[in-house]
Amino acid sequence: MTESFASTRPIYLQLADRINRQIVRGDLKLGDKLPSVREMAIESNVNPNTVQRTYRELEAMGVAESRRGQGTFVREDVHMFTELKENLKREEIEEFVRVMHELGLQDQEIQTSLAAFLNRTKEENDD
Amino acid sequence: MIELQNVRKTFLSRPALKDVSLTLETGKMYGLIGENGSGKSTTLKLIAGLNHPTAGTITVNGKEVDRRIATEVAYLSELDEYYPFYTVQDMIDFYASQFTDFNTKKAADIRSFMNLEPKSKIKHLSKGNRGRLKMVLTLAREVPVLLLDEPFSGLDPMVRDSIVKGMLSFIDLDNQLVLITTHEIKEVESVLDEIIALKEGDIIGHHNVDDLRFETGMSIIDWMTEQYN
Repeated sequence: MTESFASTRPIYLQLADRINRQIVRGDLKLGDKLPSVREMAIESNVNPNTVQRTYRELEAMGVAESRRGQGTFVREDVHMFTELKENLKREEIEEFVRVMHELGLQDQEIQTSLAAFLNRTKEENDD
Repeated sequence: MIELQNVRKTFLSRPALKDVSLTLETGKMYGLIGENGSGKSTTLKLIAGLNHPTAGTITVNGKEVDRRIATEVAYLSELDEYYPFYTVQDMIDFYASQFTDFNTKKAADIRSFMNLEPKSKIKHLSKGNRGRLKMVLTLAREVPVLLLDEPFSGLDPMVRDSIVKGMLSFIDLDNQLVLITTHEIKEVESVLDEIIALKEGDIIGHHNVDDLRFETGMSIIDWMTEQYN
């Protein structure tokens, strides 16, 4: 079964987000061809028009480019890659900090807890 | 393109559709949603030319709808009405003999995609496989309009998934429009462009699925729950 989408955000944006993450993780390399609209539609169980909208969005973001008659490709632009990674990182940190603040934690406490947690995971991995 | 103008349909004295006006464009997949008795199947049958509107006009690509519209419209009925002694292949051949727009090669591709054996007798098919066969017969027709009445009804999630994938693989959105009635909104929400919600014979909403999410932060199901309560 295909992974489903959260109900609160437009599907085309969620799909764009998935592709961005695949690029940052390295599952999709710079210069790689994205699946054709129909392939992507079948793979992710979404409407082909939605995939087209996703690809247009990725182009507008500077992440992808369409080449006439060939399809849509991840742009070969290291600067774009760095920026994409930074953006995703910041988004995740913002979300994490927001939740921590909601739980009533102060910045200082978040920092020490995070450091302690990372240390502990590191020790576990070293064992 | 399908156009309904001030369409009304009454059965004896009971109104099934009150005053429906609607335009549907080629290249999109539409979901017609609503409770039982809201007028979904009636709308499909009127567009398919299987029923006449009491008032108003319906056109498909500019032609006023009557029985002959079957050359432009493929209609998947919610009923199973096939000869039980036929095999899957007999059924495909029968359709090919009835509709000049039936693409035999495409039918074979969809049949194999749906994992149906050509020699299986229809009476021995599971409900799920009968659902798949109906989809083969409908999708193999090269017509501008596909009307699917409850294609997922009573089928288990695996079958629904394969039918959705079959639709995405074989529908030609450059030349076709698809109108689906369904209760299984969750399964199809992500494959629909627009939804039209009916309530007691009236349209109470017509939205692009992603725009609805963008504007309200709600999925169709959330939105429906709000509309129908």
